[in-house]
Amino acid sequence: MFRSHVLVCGGTGCTSSGSEQIIATLEKEIERNGLKDEVKVIKTGCFGLCALGPIMIVYPEGSFYSMVKPEDIPEIVTEHLLKGRIVKRLLYQETVQEDDTIESLNNTNFYKKQHRVALRNCGVINPENIDEYIGVDGYQALGKVLTEMTPEEVIQVVLDSGLRGRGGAGFPTGRKWSFARASVNEQKYVACNADEGDPGAFMDRSVLEGDPHALIEAMAIAGYAIGANQGYVYVRAEYPIAVKRLQIAIDQAKEYGLLGKNIFDSGFDFDLELRLGAGAFVCGEETALMTSIEGHRGEPRCRPPFPAVKGLFGKPTVLNNVETYANIPQIILNGADWFNSMGTEKSKGTKVFALGGKINNTGLVEVPMGTTLREIVEEIGGGIPGGKKFKAAQTGGPSGGCIPAEHFDIPIDYDNLLSIGSMMGSGGLIVMDEDTCMVDIAKFFLEFTVDESCGKCSPCRIGTKRLLEMLDKITKGNATLEDLDKLEELCHYIKENALCGLGQTAPNPVLSTLHFFRDEYVAHIVDKKCPSGVCKALLSYEIQADKCKGCTLCSRICPAGAISGEVKKVHTIDKQKCVKCGACMEKCRFGAIVKK
Amino acid sequence: MKSLAELQAIRDKMKGSVGLRKEDGEDTIRVVVGMATCGIAAGARPVLAAFTEEVAKRNLHNVMVTQTGCIGICQYEPVVEVMAPGKDKVTYVKMTPDKVARIVSDHLVNGNVVTEYTIGASAKA
Repeated sequence: MFRSHVLVCGGTGCTSSGSEQIIATLEKEIERNGLKDEVKVIKTGCFGLCALGPIMIVYPEGSFYSMVKPEDIPEIVTEHLLKGRIVKRLLYQETVQEDDTIESLNNTNFYKKQHRVALRNCGVINPENIDEYIGVDGYQALGKVLTEMTPEEVIQVVLDSGLRGRGGAGFPTGRKWSFARASVNEQKYVACNADEGDPGAFMDRSVLEGDPHALIEAMAIAGYAIGANQGYVYVRAEYPIAVKRLQIAIDQAKEYGLLGKNIFDSGFDFDLELRLGAGAFVCGEETALMTSIEGHRGEPRCRPPFPAVKGLFGKPTVLNNVETYANIPQIILNGADWFNSMGTEKSKGTKVFALGGKINNTGLVEVPMGTTLREIVEEIGGGIPGGKKFKAAQTGGPSGGCIPAEHFDIPIDYDNLLSIGSMMGSGGLIVMDEDTCMVDIAKFFLEFTVDESCGKCSPCRIGTKRLLEMLDKITKGNATLEDLDKLEELCHYIKENALCGLGQTAPNPVLSTLHFFRDEYVAHIVDKKCPSGVCKALLSYEIQADKCKGCTLCSRICPAGAISGEVKKVHTIDKQKCVKCGACMEKCRFGAIVKK
Repeated sequence: MKSLAELQAIRDKMKGSVGLRKEDGEDTIRVVVGMATCGIAAGARPVLAAFTEEVAKRNLHNVMVTQTGCIGICQYEPVVEVMAPGKDKVTYVKMTPDKVARIVSDHLVNGNVVTEYTIGASAKA
């Protein structure tokens, strides 16, 4: 029996900031102080506050150490673990009160408004140990389903819960399952979309890394509900930690008989296999994903027939996203009413967001549907660094749109986001401040879709390329207002004619920025100016004569040799040579260089 | 594994261990062992270990065993404080591992303070 547990985050974020080394040092120090039989070190999944990694929590006190360095470990071990004196200086400072008492982590701004359902075990259990998952009621839902419920009852609970697909489109999960149940076939499949490819999104990865058994349990439940005995998880190969832990989890579940033949002596068989994606964004589209699992080039096909009728290998298939599945065991155990008591009228439950961009608390948050963007950005996210002003948030990645400051108080759910021309997407939330150029952002996402277009249909293959060329023209100051109309027209054309979701949603970033920030487009075209000072072609750097002291620093720093001037005389920038890197402006001690 | 009963058995076995990683409940009794240099020198470590063992053996999910620094009465070390919600703090002094079982059964389980081990009794003697 261990009197103390030390949880260290082993998610991708903290691993890249060195949590493996923290664990090694910790184990060494614990051994050295003779605490090996008293203190246990556990590598968990993501705690959410990735910006402060590596993260470490010591229980039973619940002390939250952030940005832990290997050299801090001896002190934490001898002071805290040996002598019981919490090292306040190394704690997450939000938990240390003014009167020097320590506040519970759950009361800090970052965690206070969160409600963890899909992430409930992330950062709590060791994902590589099935016993720990069972210890937090794991596989109880599968047991309940197989021994007490009929498949119809399972589907009814999921329907009543109001759960909608967390992959982005928000289709009711229960309806999907009932379609697949209704399809008559001796072979059916359950599949999981873990091909999370949006720039800035890492919700699914964190679930896979932190709580892989929840996914396995949910897929077995789905298999029972629709009458399938084989499942596939399609996960991108760029998630090595997730792949490894998922495989360990599958092996452990098989060993325990929670996957395989005659589970819980119910006569129900279910097996699960991994399929690794090679990183094509289009493979997150359901028909392309299934084509890829079948071993073909990952290209989409027309719908209907929908997967519930004719999916994987031509058989009826249920395909859900990781986060959708992660909710299922909880819904079965706690009931539909518990789940649909959270959220808004048409969007029930919670949603995980990956907070990124210009935000203090970069990380993973799970909030009830209907939480406002303001609460997420200002309270949970801790606001924008450097006191900059909020300009917009991009949701839904390359398929979504932006939410401008005027909609800062909009309660976030599927329908509200659609109504303002954005979409939930899988949950990437990129915060942008006043220094972000919206045309440049649209261009960034278009570059991504042009790269990722599979080329099967021409509206997407050629259309997105043309969109990008037009945006490029705008950011270089070579466009006319007529081009702007053409741009908009082409957007609508692509939306209506592309084959799959990738193409149909690719113009969204352009359309939504055009809708909310048309003035910025016009400024680029008419005034030949980039109001945020991002688009290099429209910028020029100048030295203000009255402020320049002639210190020569800028001329020494300029990588292009574009600045000339004598000591103690005003310097000048040769605009022909200037590469607009901004190095001079950054270094000038007198604020004499301005960007125009 | 072929039955739900086997699943429950693993869950119950793990619950005590994983249960350590949650916020205090309203009924949590805190057992705090003084573990500064003075406490450790006087033998607080085996006392702490004995509490952990005993609490685990009896499956007391509402008891949290933890340590603290110097309580300030070094001549009475090892010192153990028991804080139950809604009750006065009880301070046990000059603790040994042998005394632990009785405190757990009488005080933590049944709510009867073991008066003879407390600081009050010790000060009179």
